[in-house]
Amino acid sequence: MRDILNAKMSRRGVLGAGAAGVSLLAMPSILRAQEKSLKIGVYGGYFKDSFDKNIFPEFTKATGIAVESVAEPTGEAWLVQLEQAARAGQAPADVSMMSQVAMLKGQATELWAPLDTGKIKNASNLLDRFVNKYPDGRVAGIGAVAWYITLVTNTDVYKEAPDSWAAFWDPANADKLGLLALVSNSFLLEVTAKTFMGGTNALDTEEGILKTFEKLAEVKPNVALWYRDEAQFEQALKSGEIPMGQYYHDVTGLAAADGHPVRSTFPKEGGIQDSGCWALSRASNKVEEAHVFIDYMSQPAIQAILSRKVGTAPTVKRELLDLTDAEFAAVSSDIEPIVPRYDLYQTKSDWLNQKWTELIVG
Amino acid sequence: MRREAPQKLSDYGPLLFPAGMLIVFFVIPFATMIAVSFFKRDPAGFYSTAFVFDNYARFLSLFFGKVLGFSLFLAIAVAICCILLAVPFTYLLSRASRRTQVVWLVGLLSVLSLSEVIIGFAWSTLFSRTAGITNLLVAIGLMSQPVALNPSLGAVLTAMVYQALPYTVLVLYPALVRLDPTLTEAARTLGASPIKSFFTVVVPALRNTIMATLIMVFIFALGSYLLPQILGRPQHWTLSVLITDQAIYQSNMPFAAAMAVFLVLVTLALVGLTLLAGRKGEAA
Repeated sequence: MRDILNAKMSRRGVLGAGAAGVSLLAMPSILRAQEKSLKIGVYGGYFKDSFDKNIFPEFTKATGIAVESVAEPTGEAWLVQLEQAARAGQAPADVSMMSQVAMLKGQATELWAPLDTGKIKNASNLLDRFVNKYPDGRVAGIGAVAWYITLVTNTDVYKEAPDSWAAFWDPANADKLGLLALVSNSFLLEVTAKTFMGGTNALDTEEGILKTFEKLAEVKPNVALWYRDEAQFEQALKSGEIPMGQYYHDVTGLAAADGHPVRSTFPKEGGIQDSGCWALSRASNKVEEAHVFIDYMSQPAIQAILSRKVGTAPTVKRELLDLTDAEFAAVSSDIEPIVPRYDLYQTKSDWLNQKWTELIVG
Repeated sequence: MRREAPQKLSDYGPLLFPAGMLIVFFVIPFATMIAVSFFKRDPAGFYSTAFVFDNYARFLSLFFGKVLGFSLFLAIAVAICCILLAVPFTYLLSRASRRTQVVWLVGLLSVLSLSEVIIGFAWSTLFSRTAGITNLLVAIGLMSQPVALNPSLGAVLTAMVYQALPYTVLVLYPALVRLDPTLTEAARTLGASPIKSFFTVVVPALRNTIMATLIMVFIFALGSYLLPQILGRPQHWTLSVLITDQAIYQSNMPFAAAMAVFLVLVTLALVGLTLLAGRKGEAA
């Protein structure tokens, strides 16, 4: 004992051991470097549950990369959190599924680490419009899934499915609608333009937008609920409390399959198509794993699983998929979709938001 | 117990912990918020450090003035409703048997354990057409068919009063229990009816407590953002709802911060005015 205590230990040795110890404690990643892992953000609730059940375990089996899934809120709330965290050098999730508006806003602040498509062989399977690029051509995000927002109704209250978005304007539907509360996620301006103004080109000018707002204002007396929280509307739709509105085609289909009296209809003007991209936070140091994951998710076979199990529309080319026509029709439609004017939410977002808030609150 | 003013520097020691917590969890975040409210908003992205008044300028409009006005009106209405309900209730409670008091207080405390979300969704079910209380009225033949009671101002007000009432009672309770019963007895001996003695003796004696409770409930109600959203129409949305929209959904932190700072300033000014008026009234 005494020998040990008296053992000569150089000053340098003590300092060195101390420093090594401290750095080990400070960087727990080194301690578990041998175990590869990835934090993946997907929309919380039903979406995340499906991914946890149908996708992530298979991915871990195939690649040896452990997945920690993070429930992210919809809308731009997650973007704000990722942005704030990246400023502090943190990444609450390495890879996140981001909607188009959030993707573009993140691109403006270089939040997304550029992806190397050389490492993502399957990226060539994707339809071009699902690959997000920085203005200089670097890839910011790779399409994960596409989804539709459609006209939904309670089948007990509406025996016949409405065939046009114009049903929202029908005076007979007073106090019967549930609509999304924000300009940047409801895309109702595009719907109004497509239904009454001959197309979303009507939104090219400010005058055109104001006229569209005027038309949209007529819908206000019919709205019982402007929802931010999806669960709020889904419940009311199932019970028939609020029997009509706009909602996600995939989730509505699942609710119908569970036996709830709801249906999703692609109106003749088209459903609203939005899509989510896989994007990598610039604060993440899991660049390699992220590329492996995105490559895995871009395989036609995985996209087909997503369509069958999660109900989303595929982002890869139709001919590569083994989906039957019926399976494809269940998640998509031949009717030309209403594609949101994402450019507006970048260049005019504050102005649009102000006008929108004045429209619905005023 | 005799209270002595602190003599030595070390006597202030026990203050260090609360002061530290207050600085870390209140002063620093609040200062950050004030700083952010002057930052420059980048509509395409996030914000950049700067010193501009744009965010405050945007807020100073008729539209936001109306929203602020409604928020204040709603908070005052909730505070007044709570006081009107809680003062007589707590007075009767403080005269009740020990056992009754305990049962009521435990019940009220358990309401406090409910989150705003649960309260909101519960009331929205109670007010619904398909499952709500009007179905009961139909069942006993008072109404011909069930109706939806929300979204409406009444629904928002009901839920907010429900949420704030336990606080109101718990703040009033100690003062009412300590109220000297001989005061009312004297009033009754001199021929005042119970109701008259309540209004001419109990209420004036509790003037300061009632005022303080009113202010507390007012501030509590001013921060509410979920209930107006779940139970109200867009015109019933408070400023807090719009602040959340800006901060969470529009990623416009500077504007959200400016609105929040403005709300705090207006609140402080109103509370200051109330206290000032109270002091004047006492002096008169």
